[in-house]
Amino acid sequence: MKPEEIFNLLKEKFNDKIIELNTSTPVDPFIVVDPLSIHKVCFYLRDDNQLQFNNLMLLSGVDNANGEKKTEADGSTTIVGGTLSVVYHIESTILKHKLTLKVFTPRENPEVESVSEVWRCADWHEREAYDMFGIKFLNHPDLRRILMPYDWEAGYPLRKDYKNPEFYHGMKVPY
Amino acid sequence: MGFLDKQFSDGNIVITSFEDLLNWSRLSSLWQVGFGLACCAIEMMATSASHYDFDRFGVIPRPSPRQSDVIIVSGTVTLKMALRVKRLYEQMPDPKYVISMGSCSNCGGPYWEHGYHVLKGVDRIIPVDVYVPGCPPRPEALLEGLMKLQEKIRNHTMVKKSA
Repeated sequence: MKPEEIFNLLKEKFNDKIIELNTSTPVDPFIVVDPLSIHKVCFYLRDDNQLQFNNLMLLSGVDNANGEKKTEADGSTTIVGGTLSVVYHIESTILKHKLTLKVFTPRENPEVESVSEVWRCADWHEREAYDMFGIKFLNHPDLRRILMPYDWEAGYPLRKDYKNPEFYHGMKVPY
Repeated sequence: MGFLDKQFSDGNIVITSFEDLLNWSRLSSLWQVGFGLACCAIEMMATSASHYDFDRFGVIPRPSPRQSDVIIVSGTVTLKMALRVKRLYEQMPDPKYVISMGSCSNCGGPYWEHGYHVLKGVDRIIPVDVYVPGCPPRPEALLEGLMKLQEKIRNHTMVKKSA
């Protein structure tokens, strides 16, 4: 099934929760979904007979860095406003088709519904997106950091305005 | 002066200084902590295997730091792991030695600038005796490093504590 057909199906079922279909990028076309409805959409995508998206290939966080950039006194930049996003690459191993979904969520309070109930493998992917970008996944069974130490307080390392701490447990961090 | 130089022509008697005996026995059975961190650990395991045969130097991996003499820090030490490495080191009985294997463990390696999660050199948390450069070092390099450590131990003296 083509992304356009899937988009029409979804639009019919979820109308305003499906925001747009973007085909203008040189990469795969993607469907933008409301972050607080993504789990319902994903349940539908998985369970519908025409779609049967039974495999989540990848879930990743992105810092769009489209907010207002401010230069601090020490030369570093901070970003205010704008969005973070989560990208879902799903596929049907039965019907052999693929689809890309995106959700955009405000940088200051990034909240997205968890899809770990839909695809079990999303559990650790979402923990990684939380660990690296600070995106909170609502109704996630165990939202802890997965790679960084549990007591890491310096923020989320893959955000574009991340600043590494000078010390961690008395160990100097910069070179 | 080697340990076996002063030997009587008959009888099973060897005369040596106590210090030489102690150093010789220490350097001949360096048991390492069975512990690896990254791709360097693969080279370390290759060094332990039959082709390079670490065992001929008396190096045997031990499953507990409490039974070990040397820790080979083989790979990238992340900040999260650094606390564990330090604890392992503290659990080893004296005398204990550290071989830092590979660029990551020496100075952060390729992560030196943008590695927000990497400790830039294991010598920031534990004292290192021998640094083995390479990314990863070949087994020959690790053997060379071990022989450097043996040389260091051979020159230990009880009178003056060496650095």
